[in-house]
Amino acid sequence: MAAGRRIDVEEVGDVTIATFVDKKILDENNIQQIGSQLFALVEEDGRKRIILDFSNVEYLSSAALGKLITMDKKVKANSGKLRLCSIRPDIYEVFAITKLNKLFDIKDAQEDALQGF
Amino acid sequence: MISAEDFDELFDETIPSDTAKGQEVQERIIALMEKYNFTERDIFSTRLALEEGIINAIKHGNRMDKNKFVRIQWAISPEKIRVVIKDEGPGFDPCDVPDPTALENLERPCGRGIMLMKAFMDLIEYSERGTILTIEKNQGSE
Repeated sequence: MAAGRRIDVEEVGDVTIATFVDKKILDENNIQQIGSQLFALVEEDGRKRIILDFSNVEYLSSAALGKLITMDKKVKANSGKLRLCSIRPDIYEVFAITKLNKLFDIKDAQEDALQGF
Repeated sequence: MISAEDFDELFDETIPSDTAKGQEVQERIIALMEKYNFTERDIFSTRLALEEGIINAIKHGNRMDKNKFVRIQWAISPEKIRVVIKDEGPGFDPCDVPDPTALENLERPCGRGIMLMKAFMDLIEYSERGTILTIEKNQGSE
């Protein structure tokens, strides 16, 4: 893993799975890096079907939610689809309170996210 | 800002408008909560609220101005933790913050911090024109 790499990227068929490396997506610099690396998947690599895997993530701030919203817009603008998966209950609550569970397509596990994608 | 009488320990720290310094204070507060055996859920909630509160003070209050400071006071007892965060910005009216869950705002990338603090903490209060934020978490509360 290269220094500063915030997401692990793997491909399953034509689907890209981006797994967050960090346990805490809180720190401002960290969030900026995550944003840049996520946006590059769409803007530089032109990927259309992207799954964001949260299995490592234990903390998430509202600034991180902001990056996810921007990511969702970029994917849609590129005629792609974005799914989120493996979000632990505490973190899911953050999405539910802010009603972002309605904006994002959230699946329980990675297999569920891959199904019919 | 906090009266020591109700608590076992009281701390007071003033930091520059630097998010890394804010993180350091956050870690100290979390370590103290662990020492007092607060639950994982309490710690999750407080960490989230501290992140939002301190970032708001640095970014929106002091507008990242390195000449301005954020004062953070925290006090703990076996029953509760209270944190007071004071910035040197012009203040704001918390009632003016648009509802981030309204359909027209759902795709806006900002404005969710206060809502998360309200949801996860037992008390959140703004005073002094919005320049002072007080948050509180009771041990073992949901």
